[in-house]
Amino acid sequence: MENEQRSGPVTGGEDLIEAKGITKRFGDILANDNVDLVIKQGEIHALLGENGAGKSTLVKILYGALEPGAGEILWKGKRVSISNPAAARKLGVGMVFQHFSLFEALSVVENIALALPKGEKIEALSRRITEVSQKYGLPLDPAALVADLPVGIRQRIEIVRCLLQNPSLIIMDEPTSVLTPQEADQLFITLQRLASEGCAILYISHRLEEVKKICHNATIMRHGRVVGGCDPAEETPASLARMMVGGDVHDISAGAIEAQPGDVMLKLRNLSIPSDGAFGIELKDVNLDLRGGEIVAVAGIAANGQSELFDAISGETQVKDAYAVEICGVPVGKRKINDRRLLGSAFVPEERLGHGAVPGFVLSDNILLTRYKTEPSLIKHGMLNQKLATEMEKRITVSYDVRMSHDNPEARSLSGGNLQKFVVGRELDRVPKVLVINQPTWGVDAGAAALIRQAIIDLARGGSAVLVISQDLDEIYELSDRIAVISRGELSVAEPASEMTREKIGLLMAGMGEGKSASPAAKAGETHAH
Amino acid sequence: MSDLSMIEAVLLTIITASTPLLLAAIGELVVERSGVLNLGVEGMMIVGAVMGFAATQATGSPYIGIVAAMISGVAMSLLFGFLTLNLMANQVATGLALTILGLGLSGMVGEAFIGQPGISLKPIAIPVLSGIPFIGPLLFNQDVLVYASYGLVIAVYFVLFRSRTGLIIRAVGDNHGSAHSLGYSVIQVRYLAVMFGGACSGLAGAYLSLIYTPQWVEGMTAGRGWIALALVVFASWRPARVLIGAYLFGAVSILQFHAQAAGIGLPTQLMSALPYLATIIVLIMISRNKTLAKVNTPACLGKPFVPDR
Repeated sequence: MENEQRSGPVTGGEDLIEAKGITKRFGDILANDNVDLVIKQGEIHALLGENGAGKSTLVKILYGALEPGAGEILWKGKRVSISNPAAARKLGVGMVFQHFSLFEALSVVENIALALPKGEKIEALSRRITEVSQKYGLPLDPAALVADLPVGIRQRIEIVRCLLQNPSLIIMDEPTSVLTPQEADQLFITLQRLASEGCAILYISHRLEEVKKICHNATIMRHGRVVGGCDPAEETPASLARMMVGGDVHDISAGAIEAQPGDVMLKLRNLSIPSDGAFGIELKDVNLDLRGGEIVAVAGIAANGQSELFDAISGETQVKDAYAVEICGVPVGKRKINDRRLLGSAFVPEERLGHGAVPGFVLSDNILLTRYKTEPSLIKHGMLNQKLATEMEKRITVSYDVRMSHDNPEARSLSGGNLQKFVVGRELDRVPKVLVINQPTWGVDAGAAALIRQAIIDLARGGSAVLVISQDLDEIYELSDRIAVISRGELSVAEPASEMTREKIGLLMAGMGEGKSASPAAKAGETHAH
Repeated sequence: MSDLSMIEAVLLTIITASTPLLLAAIGELVVERSGVLNLGVEGMMIVGAVMGFAATQATGSPYIGIVAAMISGVAMSLLFGFLTLNLMANQVATGLALTILGLGLSGMVGEAFIGQPGISLKPIAIPVLSGIPFIGPLLFNQDVLVYASYGLVIAVYFVLFRSRTGLIIRAVGDNHGSAHSLGYSVIQVRYLAVMFGGACSGLAGAYLSLIYTPQWVEGMTAGRGWIALALVVFASWRPARVLIGAYLFGAVSILQFHAQAAGIGLPTQLMSALPYLATIIVLIMISRNKTLAKVNTPACLGKPFVPDR
């Protein structure tokens, strides 16, 4: 990898696209305020900023999905108006979305055909897809149904779809968030090859290490404005983060004391659940012991059984074998969520809006929904104790720094990061003995992420057991004492974080672990299970 | 020989009973594939029936009646389209309202025609083929709407699954957000699909008032629009299965009459329920593959599309 990094023309490329004074307003919020951006031919240009800094608005304007309120766009020196995505594609702008824009019920070739001008026969296009995908090291089966494909492959479809349009500029929004480290490296090689062929890439990522590794140039945004540019190679991830946040991101301290694991609080024994239909994942023989005082992280690429595992532990899915899930020594496989909460456990699902909180309910009502059983005083003579719920809402929003426009708003009016702080705060406020949290800081900016992670560590140091399910390896290393990897519904043995290198995790993610037979610890536990 | 002609007569009535269901269902299939749930099939059908009858009486030509029925079906569907696609009204409520409106409107328009003898559409014999014994009269001596129903099933299959137009319709029904971001006009595609559905429902109505019983009777659709809607779902949005479902329903509903007449010792209520039971059971069995069912179900069915800007 080393010698391939940052190859291609860094200087000397002509200006490909220039955005001048782009301004876009949504209601009272100025999402883009007089933004300037220049991308040269053949450069990989990073666009950095926290959530809500205005990156996606700018990108949507460049791709024609939004119209700018003011400002102009120059393409190869000429003024253009990009009124819709089709116009952008015609100019030569391709986009790889963070949330895929694929049609699950259609095949790979059908998905790609929809993005191309009409006239090409499906058979001819299939051949072309195979050709291009092999040329760039992104193998694809044109006839496969998207619904059956894992996320990494779906991203390939988006990239190949983009490449078939012979773009001069490719916009990529958080492309590596769904990839294993190895897949990401493969992607970097593809991107460098494209850049060396003269294609420009606008690269949006929260992962500053990779920006430093592959980008020639960076533009940094904060609060809708461009606050600076730099050569990422001359910066450190910390200095890049400082520019994004506009101050120091406070460091997380794991605490002076090493984790002192206590009793087993959460035990999974041969937990197997058949998949629930076409798009589900089957859980296969999952084993885990989670002790008080420790944080165990489950790493893995999206859609490898994380949500199935979460649902089985939280009680959203009940299992036939009551002993497959034990919380604080009680077999709960057949019990419902509130019964599990009563044993001292708390759950934070991945999807905060709609799953973790009811969008149209005010925060205090959302507190009532998850805590009325564990907090008996919330129900007085069969009636809801709104007063207490509102007091709890105040306590939680203050101690977890939830920023709101007014007191006790509807859940949907909070930004993603603030809602996540609220949902996490609501559960941690109970000081649960077992916490299971799925994607604690997904789509949350650095400041809020640090606060949430610190709260998780503090909880564990207080003697609780914490299971973190995450796709962010940096977060996993920051938080966990032990790491297990989930791949196609199978969970590897949780091993000390210090022994789990990125390479090892990457191999396990790709399903290339040593196999279950090599895990005597998990097997030995079985005999005591029943 | 008389046995054979008896069987032939039964089969002919089965075709007659099945055709309106097939026409309405194949149209609704396209509508739903584009992601729109139009529960107003019954209403569009009965307006088609009365307008087809009225135009035929006025001009003396059943063919003009057919065209009038299609136009009135499309007009009803445009009303639905405007309310749900432009004004984002709830599709279920609007569809129900469309049915109620259609039943009322047809009763009002049709009052003058009650009891009038209608002009029936004559079958068209296809030369040579209609001469084949037994099969000939059944398949090749039919009226234009029966031929049209077969043609539509084949055409819908090819357009939906073999053409770019169909690919776009399915894409819009599967993920309207993505289709929009690729630059397709979701609203336009849905309008066209809804109009096609309206035209097909109009045809189904015309079949009832021009061929099935060539006269106007208030409420003559008798719930066929609802059966067509159910057929689309149980056929998991596949044209060939809609054909099977429609004919199965038609066949069992005719055969149970004959069985009742022959005095089979089953309660008549059970016999009358048979077509529903048989069709549902058979279609559930063909579409029991969960994976395929999930893939065939339009993911955006019934969801209003609100563009970003």
